Amino acid sequence: MTLYIVRKLAFFLLAVFAASIAIFLLIRGAGGNVAAIILGKDATADAINALAQQYGLDRPMVVQYFDWIGNIFRGDLGRSFRTNEAVTDLVVSRLSISIPLCVSGLLLGLLIAIPAGTYSALNSDKPLGALITILSQVGIAVPVFWAGILLSLLFGVRLGWLPTGGWTNWSADFWGAVRSLVLPIISLGLILGASLTRYVRSAVLDVMNQDYVRTARATGMTRMEALLQVGLRNAALPIATVVGLQIAELIGGTVIIETVFSLPGLSRMILANVAAREVIVVQSTVMLIIIFVMFINLIVDLLYGVLDPRVRLAR
Amino acid sequence: MTLAPAIEVHDLVVGYDALNAVRGVSFTLPRGGRMGLVGESGSGKSMTALALMGLSPTGWHAAGQVLHDGVDLITETDTSFSKRRGRTISMVFQDPMSSLNPVRRVGDQIADVIHRHSKVSRREAMKQALDLMVQMNMPRPEQLARSYPHQISGGQKQRIMIAMALACYPQLIIADEPTTALDVTVQKQVLRLLNAAARDRNTALLMITHDLPVIAAMCDTVAVMYAGRIVEHGPVQEVFRSPRHHYTRGLLDSQPTMDNIALDGSSRLGSIPGMVPPLHNLPTGCAFHPRCAAASEKCRAEMPELGANGAACWHPVKEKAE
Repeated sequence: MTLYIVRKLAFFLLAVFAASIAIFLLIRGAGGNVAAIILGKDATADAINALAQQYGLDRPMVVQYFDWIGNIFRGDLGRSFRTNEAVTDLVVSRLSISIPLCVSGLLLGLLIAIPAGTYSALNSDKPLGALITILSQVGIAVPVFWAGILLSLLFGVRLGWLPTGGWTNWSADFWGAVRSLVLPIISLGLILGASLTRYVRSAVLDVMNQDYVRTARATGMTRMEALLQVGLRNAALPIATVVGLQIAELIGGTVIIETVFSLPGLSRMILANVAAREVIVVQSTVMLIIIFVMFINLIVDLLYGVLDPRVRLAR
Repeated sequence: MTLAPAIEVHDLVVGYDALNAVRGVSFTLPRGGRMGLVGESGSGKSMTALALMGLSPTGWHAAGQVLHDGVDLITETDTSFSKRRGRTISMVFQDPMSSLNPVRRVGDQIADVIHRHSKVSRREAMKQALDLMVQMNMPRPEQLARSYPHQISGGQKQRIMIAMALACYPQLIIADEPTTALDVTVQKQVLRLLNAAARDRNTALLMITHDLPVIAAMCDTVAVMYAGRIVEHGPVQEVFRSPRHHYTRGLLDSQPTMDNIALDGSSRLGSIPGMVPPLHNLPTGCAFHPRCAAASEKCRAEMPELGANGAACWHPVKEKAE
């Protein structure tokens, strides 16, 4: 297992390094003169040079790259050209919305998908099993924003139970913040749950047809025991992979739900800064997201090692 | 007093929708008895075995009577049947590669069976599991017990499977082609172990196989299945020396022996013309008649039952003159 961990960690660091070069080259190299872009097309050459000097943009690319990477490791993600705010502060305040949104949405999705997928895999001939399959198809077809709008119409406008949008800070009004997140989390969870249900269903179907489940039954396990003790344990492997991919997709991919519910989350921040040509902000935030995604992949790989001895003990 | 048979099967029918893969199979296997069940693929052997274990695939139905340990297994609920599987009746499957749980250590898998059916502690169950592994001729059992299935060989996996089947001293073990997936050199060892262990425990053995020599070496009686029915049933020596059913005769003739294999290529190895009929299109009368040289009008019209000579045939093969 130690060798496995070391190998996965080394791969993680290597991948982060490669990604940082790719991002730097894409944003700086392909983006043209950064100072000119920031100042707009009416700027004078003198002004452009002054700005370039001020931010060190006139130095060689290699120097700038290592400067940037070095600062990231020190927790300094740079500053916004326009507002001079520290990117770190911007990101942290946005993450205080995005992380609870994503994590709770995913948990809700799993909470729906694991029982629903398992049930429909084992009871496809019963009405409820068929209904689950149909609902999951519908859930996959429904765009998340539409689910969000419908939910906010019902619970926000018609019943008035929850806010239809907006955000108050955690520190200012904790329960207000919670209430603002409920509908986004439910919309995200329902849609995620629908697609995860299909993965769980097919994983359970596949596992329950394996010979070793029959062996478990032949040695005295009831259907339910074989499912819980042997089936789900083995089905956890493919499900972990899918969940890992979903987290990765979620962290920067909740822009639609954030827009529908007017939440100042990370995704909307990136979008706004791309539009505003905030090169440093975009570069650093994207880098952060990539590190996060790769970290999740690392966790999934390690989890795989824990779950599956064939992976852990492979030479 | 005599013990009740290990298993008594009356008119077992196993099928899917209106199609029956097993069409009225009856036999009795006494305590400690050994019976071979042979036949081509698709003759209903494995479906018979799974039905006896109450493990027919989803959607399949089984009817008839299967008496074992004082109950009719056909009418058992899953919960009460579960308390028997692995304890009074157990099964060794064909493919040991895929039949063990890949994420559980093999020693634990044996101990699980013991722990499930007896009141012993986890530690005691593990001790018994190690004992079983020693009986299965597995060297260094402590080390092997900590292995996962992918770390050990096919022969070792099948020994683990046999140990799991034997763990609770069952009255009956059903072995469904237990050596087909193994190397030839390992096959014999595994069979010998299964044989000896079953004998020691006075466990009855229902041996399902294509391999006629294995049946000849291990079993007292043999039943030959064709298209879901037993077409011939009798003591191994009698059936093999002097088969009465033309299908049995064909099976025996298609076995390579030193006599009918010629190295110059002029082999006289027999074969049965035609193929096993599909379930949805079974011939009328005797299901074997389209492939049988001795078939008559009667064979096409009426289905023969097992006769006193042990064969279900209107025109049995003449007894060989000794």
